Amino acid sequence: MSTIALDQRWPRDHYLSSGFRLRDWLLTTDHKRIGWLYFASITFFFFLGGIAALLIRLELITPRGDLLSPDTYNEMFSMHGIIMVWFFLIPSIPNTLGNFLIPLMVGARDLAFPRLNLLSWYIYTIGALFVVLTVLLGAVDTGWTFYTPYSTLFTNTAVLAAATGVFVVGFSTILTGINFMVTLHKMRAPGLTWMRLPLFAWATYATSLIMILATPVLSITLLLIAVERIFGIGIFDPALGGDPILFQHLFWFYSHPAVYIMILPGMGVVSELISCFSRNRLFSYKGMVISVMAIALFGFLVWGHHMFVAGQSMYAGIMFSLFSFLVALPSAIKTFNWTATLYRGRILLTAPMLYAFSFIGLFTIGGLTGIIVAAMTIDVHVHDTYFVVAHFHYVMVGGMVTAYLGGVHFWWPKMTGKMYSEIWSKVAALALFIGFNLTFFPQFILGYQGMPRRYHEYPEDFQLLNVMSSLGAGVLAIGYLLPLVYLTWSLFKGKPAGANPWGATGLEWQTSSPPPKHNFVQIPTVTEPPYAYRDQDNTAPFG
Amino acid sequence: MPTATKTTPPPLGDQGPVAEQFEAMEQQRQADRMGMWMFLGTELLLFGGTFGAFITYRVIYADAFAEAASHLDLKLGTLNTALLLTSGLTMALTEQLSRAARHKATFWLLIATIAIGALFIGIKGFEWYKEYQEQLMPVLGLTFDYPGNQPDRAQLFFNFYFVMTGLHAVHMLIGLGVLSVIAVLAWRWRDPPRIARQVQISGLYWAFVDVIWVIVFSLLYLLRV
Ligand code: HEM
Ligand SMILES: [Cu+2]
Repeated sequence: MSTIALDQRWPRDHYLSSGFRLRDWLLTTDHKRIGWLYFASITFFFFLGGIAALLIRLELITPRGDLLSPDTYNEMFSMHGIIMVWFFLIPSIPNTLGNFLIPLMVGARDLAFPRLNLLSWYIYTIGALFVVLTVLLGAVDTGWTFYTPYSTLFTNTAVLAAATGVFVVGFSTILTGINFMVTLHKMRAPGLTWMRLPLFAWATYATSLIMILATPVLSITLLLIAVERIFGIGIFDPALGGDPILFQHLFWFYSHPAVYIMILPGMGVVSELISCFSRNRLFSYKGMVISVMAIALFGFLVWGHHMFVAGQSMYAGIMFSLFSFLVALPSAIKTFNWTATLYRGRILLTAPMLYAFSFIGLFTIGGLTGIIVAAMTIDVHVHDTYFVVAHFHYVMVGGMVTAYLGGVHFWWPKMTGKMYSEIWSKVAALALFIGFNLTFFPQFILGYQGMPRRYHEYPEDFQLLNVMSSLGAGVLAIGYLLPLVYLTWSLFKGKPAGANPWGATGLEWQTSSPPPKHNFVQIPTVTEPPYAYRDQDNTAPFG
Repeated sequence: MPTATKTTPPPLGDQGPVAEQFEAMEQQRQADRMGMWMFLGTELLLFGGTFGAFITYRVIYADAFAEAASHLDLKLGTLNTALLLTSGLTMALTEQLSRAARHKATFWLLIATIAIGALFIGIKGFEWYKEYQEQLMPVLGLTFDYPGNQPDRAQLFFNFYFVMTGLHAVHMLIGLGVLSVIAVLAWRWRDPPRIARQVQISGLYWAFVDVIWVIVFSLLYLLRV
């Protein structure tokens, strides 16, 4: 018998209740407050990148380039990509939810290095300032990939400022990854063995591993771009003896695994949601753990699938294509396990669960089209078309952002101690699903018909699908704005949530909501495997 | 009843109050060590990007790179290697002495390490200056006037040379800064257990810089005709 006291009152003493001055926030070493600092900055960047996206979509409503000049258009999609990838997607789940939850989930009082954690946020902020500087200096037009020799020889835009920003934010990523790994290794509560860790913690572990192994390579790549522009040292520039293909190898050696930095935490979140809201033990826990680690490791072997048409040898292409197919295997295992968990489960259609369903559907489409672009022959046809744009939005936005929102809705009661509107949250989840598909499905067709990416004009024939896509973007925007409204509302008017409103397992639900400053009054001892949901467990959600 | 059991006191680095997120000193020490090792691992990967790229070109353009390497000053490079390894030794001694709470010895050994490190930087700078005079510096728009065969491939070699030695020098400078701060703390000697821990952690970093140099030295200087 688990004896979770469902105390519906607010705890008198918790991490939000002491210290209201600015310095109590800006100099805090409490991982929960640092989670909020990230939450605020990341949300800001999400909407900044979103504005750029809307401008892009507005421009593409008509086939002519009538809203933005060609240069401005280039700068828009570059800013959109740079901000979304480096200042939103990569830090989002690990740095907000991960920061908040990992110590709670392992039963620790804080991360292993609290001050390093705060430093990481400051480094993130400094990197972000460089992005602002980039905008002030007139933006950058290289796309988020900074391909040489364009970025080193030809463009006159603020490449240095942008690359410096990304370089700096990389250190924040590395330090965060180290902090998580050390915490997960050294600070687990008594009885919490590796095979009892929640899958979100496992996903964070795998993500940290990629962060630590891949980010330094990105750093050196950006550093080489910088020395090339400043000192004229030519590692990539053919005119100075260098080789631009080397840039692509180094860049994608980081950036392909980075895709898993974006998606693995999402998979972790979804595993928690599916298990909780089907009131069922997660099907094949071990299989899930192994597939998470397998994805992380295989992810390092496939970077060359971004270079099928960049002049690498045919044999290299075949190998990269093969390995890419292999990565699909563990991803498929995960999808099947989620489905198997739902089967025979007692399904509760809460807002987090709706997000989890969206995730599974959209991620599956993204993943399957990934197999298509990983096939060398087909990729030659759809390379650099809107097909690719649709594919990576299905994975990153349909997958990652959806999981992120699902996680925020799931743990919001824990983070704030408040419940939000049940109806509005479901409306938002639905708007997201509809808006998303309306925006990005037409892009598959556009791409297959040959509309290239990064063009701001197109033949008349493509207009209908483009208008659909732009309309969808509007609906999608509503899906993103709504949570901002009702979640903020809940902070002031929401009902107290109680320690465990969903009747979930996991250590984080055994402390009060919001948790006390040092997380647990007494460090808990773990005696059960994770996800020990029982048939007789009839705790109704929403109290 | 005083029984004569001899209990060895814990080493100095294991004393002092435990940080509030930890349950025990041993846990804290393990976490600190693991964190520093992982950080050094990422540093190795940072250099690893240039090492990997360099090795690739070293294989593709074997002759040109081997010839270009013979234009580096092997004597100065060897001298520097010897210096750096010596400083690794003094650093290791510092660690022992700080754990034994030997105040003055800790301080002076730190100074010695800093002095040797500075000498290394000085010699490195002199080497760069020589290469500048011989017009082997394809940087900042300087003319690159290479006396051997295949000058454009040699230029790539020198590009790598300046990136790798430059990045290493930056790491040396950071290390020197850190050691200087610890030297000041060691001079004041307020919290010896803490100083012992700091010496230990920065000693790891210094050893790492040593190792990187040995790789840089082998790749650039030793693989020649
Ligand atoms: C309102 C929703 C969104 C719309 C309408 C949208 C639209 C677009 C468009 C039109 C492009 C340019 C494609 C090209 O021509 O190369 C693009 C690129 C991109 N988007 Fe989005 N996007 C949206 C949301 C997001 C989100 C939420 C993320 C990440 C979290 C994201 C990440 C990216 C990335 C990484 C690129 C690549 C940029 C590049 O090719 O340089 N997008 N998006
Ligand atoms: Cu990829």
